[in-house]
Amino acid sequence: MRVTRNSTISSVSDPALETRPAIPAAPPARPDPGAVAGLPVRPVDIEARGLGRQFGETPVFSDIGFRLARGESVALVGANGAGKSTLLRCLMGLIPVSSGRVSLLGTDPNTARGPDLRRLRARVGLVSQKHNLVPRLSVLSNVLHGLLGKAPGPRHWSHALAPRASRAAAMAALDRVGLADFALRRADRLSGGQSQRVAIARAIVGDPEVLFADEPCASLDPAAGEDVMDLFFRLVRDKGVTVVFTSHNVDHALRYGDRVLGLAGGRLQLDATAASLSAATLRGLYD
Amino acid sequence: MTEIGQSSARPLPGRYETPSALAFLGYAAGLVIIVWCLSGAGFSFDKVAAAPPRFADFATRAFPPNLEPQVLARLGAKMVETLQIAIAGAVIGVILSLPVALLAARGLVAGPWINQATRTILGFIRAVPDIAWALIFVVAVGLGPFAGMLAIVVDTVGFCGRFFADDMEAAEKGPAESLTATGARKIDVVVCATIPAATPAFISTSLYGLEKAVRSSTILGLVGAGGIGIELKVGFDLFDYPTAMTVILMIAAVVIGIEQLSGWARARIIGEQR
Ligand SMILES: Nc1ncnc2c1ncn2[C@@H]1O[C@H](COP(=O)(O)OP(=O)(O)O)[C@@H](O)[C@H]1O
Ligand SMILES: [Mg+2]
Repeated sequence: MRVTRNSTISSVSDPALETRPAIPAAPPARPDPGAVAGLPVRPVDIEARGLGRQFGETPVFSDIGFRLARGESVALVGANGAGKSTLLRCLMGLIPVSSGRVSLLGTDPNTARGPDLRRLRARVGLVSQKHNLVPRLSVLSNVLHGLLGKAPGPRHWSHALAPRASRAAAMAALDRVGLADFALRRADRLSGGQSQRVAIARAIVGDPEVLFADEPCASLDPAAGEDVMDLFFRLVRDKGVTVVFTSHNVDHALRYGDRVLGLAGGRLQLDATAASLSAATLRGLYD
Repeated sequence: MTEIGQSSARPLPGRYETPSALAFLGYAAGLVIIVWCLSGAGFSFDKVAAAPPRFADFATRAFPPNLEPQVLARLGAKMVETLQIAIAGAVIGVILSLPVALLAARGLVAGPWINQATRTILGFIRAVPDIAWALIFVVAVGLGPFAGMLAIVVDTVGFCGRFFADDMEAAEKGPAESLTATGARKIDVVVCATIPAATPAFISTSLYGLEKAVRSSTILGLVGAGGIGIELKVGFDLFDYPTAMTVILMIAAVVIGIEQLSGWARARIIGEQR
């Protein structure tokens, strides 16, 4: 069965965003510039309009549109090769889009250049499928690198050179993922689950406003995967961080997402609240 | 289940493909070129036939090699100088290669024009033989080991600059992308992710660079750029074949020794980390 565009697809004036069941997360911690007296309208952190990307002549997806409100947790689902990673990269401006526009925290990462782009990205964190730690460096240095966007330069190349405040921030982030005891261990001497937790520490050390996670537990065994997902969402949900994560796992999408976007056949085939979806419906998207 | 020998429905493919007319012409042209080259190289069966007796004559005059203590001491000192030239030149060359490779590596810190210009210059450096660099530096700084060392430096930059750049281009992109995504500058990404990822390859390339430097340094003396090569030239010029033979054997022993050592170091340093 194929899920077609759901009635809750959000458009600019879509009331679904505001009227859907309250998300379990605490209210956003950051000031709400979009709030009008008495009306809790949450500002839009991420917006895609008519987004398309092709490699050579082959389109991966086209005409993708959505708006993600601040503090929302959004699961992006789809089969292998559906274009989930590509879409995340486009949203972060890591690869250029072929058509359409992106707005990330009010800026288009595809047209922003140099320092503007870096300032924008410093407000964003990424956790990838592979932990992508630098294997030969210490765990603490790897976490410290998460601050390079806000504090560029040699002092943040290694924990040995870093200012006291940065070292403390990195240690605090490591502590939050339960790995403070491993600070000086080389990153390639960690288990898969530990590596992914260090990657999470690196992504949150700079207090990002938006976090992207590309199949954060796909390379882990199921038990370690559950731990990592639990930890990740425990750390970010109470801070009002906007999260976009991709997943293969239908249960994860429904459990950790407030909202589910489904990619299939190069189109956004599904945009619905997690509460309105059943696991069976969601599985249909993979067929 | 079909048994062996049982004929299947489809015909067996031919064992050999008949070359097309064009391919046949290509093979014929290749053969002509090889024959032409052999004639250009003065290939002569008479000389090949005459070589074994002459070689035997050289061998009887060269053996046993000259093992007199004072000769061995003199050659040993020259060999030490050779290794000093090689190691000093290779180390300076490797250090200079790093910034050069950053310019040459595509998609790292420099734009495509700079990449291409740097790679072209490195290609030119490699195209000029080490002995020609030695001649140039003898003119520039005079006879002696310093000219040889400079030749090794340039030669090493041509080699390591190119291959360090390739190593960085081939390095795992994941860590670099993760840092880019959080707003790190290019140079910070390169230092924190790309260079650490390429370090094992750098070490391996540098050790090859050192092997190459040792091999080059043994013949720099032929043009007066220091090292043991001068002894080889003098030995042949004076028909002192036993001493020349000692030099050849020493060079072979040292080059093989360095190759063994660097193979061992490569396995120790990189094997442990992959
Ligand atoms: N750099 C690239 N060059 C060419 N094709 C690519 C590239 N990256 C991804 N693709 C193609 O785009 C499609 C979507 O890939 P991806 O976004 O990784 O899918 P997913 O993350 O959903 O598994 C795939 O068909 C893949 O082969
Ligand atoms: Mg993917």
